[in-house]
Amino acid sequence: MIALINRYVTAFGPSGNEDAVRSLLQADLKQLGADTQIDPLGNLSCVHAPGKDKNRTRVLLMAHMDEIGVMVSHIDERGFCRFLPLGGVRAPWCVGARVRFGNGTIGTIGAEPHEASTALKFDDLYIDLGADDRSAVNVAVGDSACFDRPLEASGQRLIAKSLDDRIGCVVLLETLRRLRSTPHSVAFVFSVQEEMGLRGAGAAAFGFDPHFGIAVDVTRTGDTPKARPMEVALGKGPAIKLRDSGMIADPALVRRLRAAADHAKVAYQLEVLEHGTTDARAIQSARSGVPAGCISIPCRYVHTPSEMVDMRDVEGAIRLLVDLLGRKL
Amino acid sequence: MKRASATKPAMALPALIRQLSEAVAVSGDEHAVRSLVLQAVQDSADKLEVDALGTVLATRTGTSRRRERVLAAAHMDEVGVMIMSIESDGLLAIEAVGGLDPRVLLGKQLWVGRQRLPGVVGATPVHLLKDDEEKRPVAFDAMRLDIGAGSREAAAKLVQPGDRATFATSFRNLGGTLRGKALDDRVGVALLIELFRSSRFEFDFTAAFTVQEEVGLRGAQAAAFAIDPVAALVLEVTPANDLPPQPGETENVRYNTRLGHGAALSLADSSTLYPRALVQHFAAIAVRDQIPFQYRQPGGGGNDSGGIQRRRSGIPVVALSVPGRYIHSPAALVRLSDVRAALQLARAALSELPRRPARA
Repeated sequence: MIALINRYVTAFGPSGNEDAVRSLLQADLKQLGADTQIDPLGNLSCVHAPGKDKNRTRVLLMAHMDEIGVMVSHIDERGFCRFLPLGGVRAPWCVGARVRFGNGTIGTIGAEPHEASTALKFDDLYIDLGADDRSAVNVAVGDSACFDRPLEASGQRLIAKSLDDRIGCVVLLETLRRLRSTPHSVAFVFSVQEEMGLRGAGAAAFGFDPHFGIAVDVTRTGDTPKARPMEVALGKGPAIKLRDSGMIADPALVRRLRAAADHAKVAYQLEVLEHGTTDARAIQSARSGVPAGCISIPCRYVHTPSEMVDMRDVEGAIRLLVDLLGRKL
Repeated sequence: MKRASATKPAMALPALIRQLSEAVAVSGDEHAVRSLVLQAVQDSADKLEVDALGTVLATRTGTSRRRERVLAAAHMDEVGVMIMSIESDGLLAIEAVGGLDPRVLLGKQLWVGRQRLPGVVGATPVHLLKDDEEKRPVAFDAMRLDIGAGSREAAAKLVQPGDRATFATSFRNLGGTLRGKALDDRVGVALLIELFRSSRFEFDFTAAFTVQEEVGLRGAQAAAFAIDPVAALVLEVTPANDLPPQPGETENVRYNTRLGHGAALSLADSSTLYPRALVQHFAAIAVRDQIPFQYRQPGGGGNDSGGIQRRRSGIPVVALSVPGRYIHSPAALVRLSDVRAALQLARAALSELPRRPARA
């Protein structure tokens, strides 16, 4: 599975530029015999056991394809690129980071003035492509770049860029692979533009009109040296979300998720996240309302080029979902 | 239902913009502009309605038998202020409606209420300013709107809480450059009127003259839901901050757009990441037809696109803007050449809209 994850986390996919990730998924879904569809915003979906029987419960599973990144807003005479963040990028974390554009061009992020590094704003930052001047620059205003880092495995732990939320994409893929039969009609949806404010999820949920919706995404942890207190740690199992700042999970759905975890003998954690939310928020308020919840993969250093997850949590999430979907709800 | 007829000669574009600019339509009270719009489009519309929020939806049936729908939107409302209360001395407490810089409002003359009473937002005379008071902006709740009434009773005969007010600015055609209030988005409204009256497309074309854009893209959301189009175009006015570099800067890197450099295509703003393929379609047509265009710098701000894009199962949307200096102030400036470029590009690009815009 590491090889599979590696393909996904190294793919280029800042918000609005999900094509490469979508292509990977299309190929992998096709191998699983799935029939895929793309909606007008670019969300990719396939329905497992599509409903000839209209009485089937429609369950929506969603993970987002996009990752945080940057977009060029101006290229100056000497070839330095000003940029804006796509999603929750923090300016001080950018210094020295490498970025990669869709055409493969690599740049490094510089900051001026140097002495103000703690209070850096995006106005102080620029991308240096190594160009002599503007005429040598082979990217344009409006082009996006992702952060560029290879995946590293350290025991059960993985360190990589964009585990938020490629790890969710892999969880969905693996769930589909292992799910032999289901009494439900299950849509596996890979959404766009989550990092820009859940922009793809609502449209996808409108289209499928589910009875239940579950997002699979990462969440932060409280297990680092001076972490803000939070009852989620790496390696203790997938987290079943109770609430975050945008959504209160449907209590009945939470009970079902917990029952499925118990039934499958998967260790799990319960999550209350103070700041942040997921596609589940947009699913919940689609049409006339959808009972929604979220399974989170605990992740340290979210929105940095070195996010960290634990493979045991990933495996647990897959087993939980396979159990949940394999039986009557 | 009326068919297009030649009974009324179309008003020249600058004259139409003048009429629209001088009408008062602060968000939530778009009545005056709506009347002008209805008048302007009624002879060309195959279907004409005003929705529950006040948005005008005018439709021209397409020439193709495929009943696809395309939406174009421009907002009728403008930023301004709302009267919150009448005080005992006859002065009026106000709040901003939409994105208004308090530094821009202080000391300005306003038209108050539908009857356009002359008012002024008073500023303390410079003689009486203490310390470095002039360096600190005055907050809206510290400002008062003065209509010359000497008492609460006298004021209450003229206005009531909830009445709106906007900058008292007469439109000026400066020869190639137009100056006026509310050019954001009356220029877009004028463009949409012109586009609507002069074009019949293959698809059913609905022009939505929306309400309440300035307070959060509110009218456009309902219009997009109702029409459920395969693609949408937003006609806007976007800031041109093309002024000299500030002290300490060698280059202005945040100009947004430049006056006189053509119609502006959006790539990304706070509300929307625009679909690359559809933006490229517009750019390619502009290059082919030699229509001046520029890209709006990716950055902040937003427009009705954000309200449209995420309705129902998602709607691919393009924003085409006329650059405007000093928008959301008493007097904005636009170039007529940019206005004409936007009209030409909108018409040409829509005429050749790809069959499946989402996958263009």
